[in-house]
Amino acid sequence: MKILVCISNVPDTTTKVKFKEDNTLFDDSGVQWIINPWDELALTRALELKEDAGNSVDEVCVIHVGGAQTDATLRKALAIGADKAFRIDACAADAYYVAGQIASYLKENPFDIVFSGIESSDYNGSSVGAMIAEFMDYSGVSSVTSVNLDGDDVILYRAIPGGKQKIKTGVPLVAVVQKGIAKEPRIPAMRGIMMARKKPLEVIAATEMEMLTKSIKFELPKAKGACKMIDLENVEELVKLLKNEAKVL
Amino acid sequence: MNFEFTEEQLMIRDAARDFAQRELLPGVIERDEKSEYPTEQVKRLADLGFLGMLVGLEYDGGGMDTISYVLAMEEISKVDSSVSVIMSVNNSLVCWGVEKYGTEEQKQKFLKPMARGEKIGAFLLSEPEAGSDATSQRTTAVDMGDHYLVNGTKNWITNGKTASTYIVMAQTHPELKHKGINALLVDSKSEGITVGPHENKMGMRASDTCSVMFNNVKVPKENRLGEEGFGFKLAMQSLEGGRIGIASQALGIASGAYELALKYAQERKAFGKEIIHHQAIAFKLADMAVEIEAARFFCLKAAWLKDQGKPYGQASAMAKLYAAETAMKVTTEAVQIHGGYGYVKEYHVERLMRDAKLTQIYEGTSEIQKIVISRGLMD
Amino acid sequence: MIVNLVSFLRSIISYLKEKLMSVIAFAKNWNGKFKNSTYELVSYTKNLASQLNTQLIVVSIGEVKEEELKSLGKYGAERIISVNDSQMNTLTSRVYAQVISELAEKEGADTIVMSDNESGKAIAPRISVKMKAGMASAVLELPISMNPFVVKKGAFSGKALEYVQIDSPVKVITIAKNCFGFIEDQVDVSIEEFSSHLDAALFKIQVLEEEKQTNKVNLADADIVVSAGRGMRSPDNWGVVEELADVLGAATACSRPVSDEGWRGHEEHVGQTGKVIAPNLYFAAGISGAIQHVAGISRSKCIVAINTDPEAPIFGVADYGIIGDVMEVLPKLTEAVRNSK
Repeated sequence: MKILVCISNVPDTTTKVKFKEDNTLFDDSGVQWIINPWDELALTRALELKEDAGNSVDEVCVIHVGGAQTDATLRKALAIGADKAFRIDACAADAYYVAGQIASYLKENPFDIVFSGIESSDYNGSSVGAMIAEFMDYSGVSSVTSVNLDGDDVILYRAIPGGKQKIKTGVPLVAVVQKGIAKEPRIPAMRGIMMARKKPLEVIAATEMEMLTKSIKFELPKAKGACKMIDLENVEELVKLLKNEAKVL
Repeated sequence: MNFEFTEEQLMIRDAARDFAQRELLPGVIERDEKSEYPTEQVKRLADLGFLGMLVGLEYDGGGMDTISYVLAMEEISKVDSSVSVIMSVNNSLVCWGVEKYGTEEQKQKFLKPMARGEKIGAFLLSEPEAGSDATSQRTTAVDMGDHYLVNGTKNWITNGKTASTYIVMAQTHPELKHKGINALLVDSKSEGITVGPHENKMGMRASDTCSVMFNNVKVPKENRLGEEGFGFKLAMQSLEGGRIGIASQALGIASGAYELALKYAQERKAFGKEIIHHQAIAFKLADMAVEIEAARFFCLKAAWLKDQGKPYGQASAMAKLYAAETAMKVTTEAVQIHGGYGYVKEYHVERLMRDAKLTQIYEGTSEIQKIVISRGLMD
Repeated sequence: MIVNLVSFLRSIISYLKEKLMSVIAFAKNWNGKFKNSTYELVSYTKNLASQLNTQLIVVSIGEVKEEELKSLGKYGAERIISVNDSQMNTLTSRVYAQVISELAEKEGADTIVMSDNESGKAIAPRISVKMKAGMASAVLELPISMNPFVVKKGAFSGKALEYVQIDSPVKVITIAKNCFGFIEDQVDVSIEEFSSHLDAALFKIQVLEEEKQTNKVNLADADIVVSAGRGMRSPDNWGVVEELADVLGAATACSRPVSDEGWRGHEEHVGQTGKVIAPNLYFAAGISGAIQHVAGISRSKCIVAINTDPEAPIFGVADYGIIGDVMEVLPKLTEAVRNSK
């Protein structure tokens, strides 16, 4: 069985977000880039599945759409334990475009399970995974919090309002995963970092593909008014304010 | 000149940072308070390959350069120097000597398990009467034909209790003075070895420091590192590299305290504004930032020289001296910026200040570094 | 002659406009029932349709009783197409996307809208690909402009707002909770049945079992959330959090360190990498307010912070604050809410 994990390259979660060129572009100066947290958890789970001798996972690969400046992120994925990395050489500006690029690679190089994080922490599109499923005409399960293999079948839990569902499905499959899928992301070990040097990072030319959306402007959320402090001994006052002033009770 | 780190070096720095923030930070205060050895954390340090990161891949090490080592030591020391000292001793003082001067058998037997971090090493040089003056070794290793018989006491031994492998400096030919000293690889479980109680220290309280007594301990001849009488030279060379480790540790203590102070100054308000907007505090932070940056350059320069195969003794002494002094100064200021909060354990800076003090003392006091540097000037 | 031609063309144009520019809202049900988010979706799309000068078609998939469908009329759903097929009760994104796309083609809809929740996240991207329709998710208000079609959404996990222009003829959007509210607009409802001729092979997903937390308010839908952090000191202290949640009818949540420590399940973790929520009222008890936590709660209408540390960043984003120990404040607050009822 082969697993492909889609990787997005995003600013570190502690980044203070700024924009440039009249608020039309994200200002990436001084930004530290990381593997999108959900994708990193997906990769961690994929590696756990491979390491479990009870499963027959032969290969875990990662794929990413981006320019050469994102190679460091892919090397980290290799250092953590991915066997191969593929970078489709294009600017990832629209979910449809990105999903289409990955799908066109998948059509030539099939995988059994494709993992994708529920969203990327930059543009929060939450759509690439399910789009790939549609491009490929694969089954897809979203909001996945647990994945296990049972022979050739996949057993997943998906979150539903107020609970979860246990699902069984065959492959090929796209699993769009969220928090819970793995306990925490892995820290690359020194050996892994050394070995990453020798693992393949293949650069693939982009295929002709349309973009359907574009980002035209950004703004920062309005600053909040001052916090009204209430005395510890007077919590009744807070209840009154929530009722009469904020009108939320 | 090139001031850019490689992709790999940055990945190592980030890995060390993630490890420190995620796995060392929780519980660091408690471990310090209870003087509790970080058993679990050291196991993780081994899993991630930090304990043998400088050892070549062929001996199960990480095969990393010294620049990466400086970056990793800094990140880990920002949080927990009791852990980083274990890493520094194992890498620089123990593994280095075995890799450089050991026989193939010694490497297979002693180096590999230490590089994998399955076993920990300790470096036994200091004695009750021989600290800074390492030439006056009282521990003896009498030549008995096929083995040495070792007697004596070693002091202030980092990893003394937890180590499986000791490198012991002992005098075989007192008449030759320091040229009669041998370096021996000793299994810490050998008959005749007694480990003293855990020292109740001011700082780095979670690391294991104790004295080790030798009473008629038999050490096979094949466990001698290098030629007869090479011990003192090996010790001095090992310390040259060890200084890069301790300098980076001091750098990490300083930058850890600085980061906490900066964050605190941006959040804490006094007289209607964040205290960073008061010049008294802002200038303190500026001075701290400058000194830390200078210490970092010293460390990286020494590491670079070592990686290039050039002499680095002078540079590592300068790095150790400057970084240790900076650590003491910066941590003291960080406590000051925190005011009363800085004096309580919850805010970390008081611990960093106590830890900083040791960097001025061990692996050559600041005064010894000045001796090394000034002698270098005369050459 | 010319006059005739012009009026003929006009009638074609208005016919095409009706045909091509309808809005489809996908009204998801849960075990045959709609939720507040469904009513918000109907309100939103009704307004959108009237701004576009076109009609709204509400699509429901799976078994839903007529009475329940009619409840959508309160918010302006005049025309409902119901795919009342028991085989489709379980969400299978492939099937749902297929049905909605089929209907969109048939009705000539060019704007397809659904709620930004588990089902919307799974279905909307598939429709986007099927219909080559540009997509924007978790949209925060009515489109800023219709031509070009520009919507406003959150980006960088709540740290910024982004304006996205969709250039394709057909558009798919999902709307964020609390982005519009509900506006009553009672209309007469017409319900049409529709059955799709789907390939059975698409039903590949098999639901083995379902676990539901009983008696608990669901975090994603909750109007009030009581959330607690490290300041609770021990998982044994959660009683005071649950009591307050109980008396408020609120859901409980927690910060990341709490779920990482295993004090609470990860399904309760609110923040950048956990759940992003938008309740009316959010209590942050013993939560310092790290930037990642704030990213998950910044769309709350009102935030109340309780913390011993007056410098805690949570007070920077809160509307109301109390400095004090949670173990002391929460029971008092519970008492005060109880007394006010």
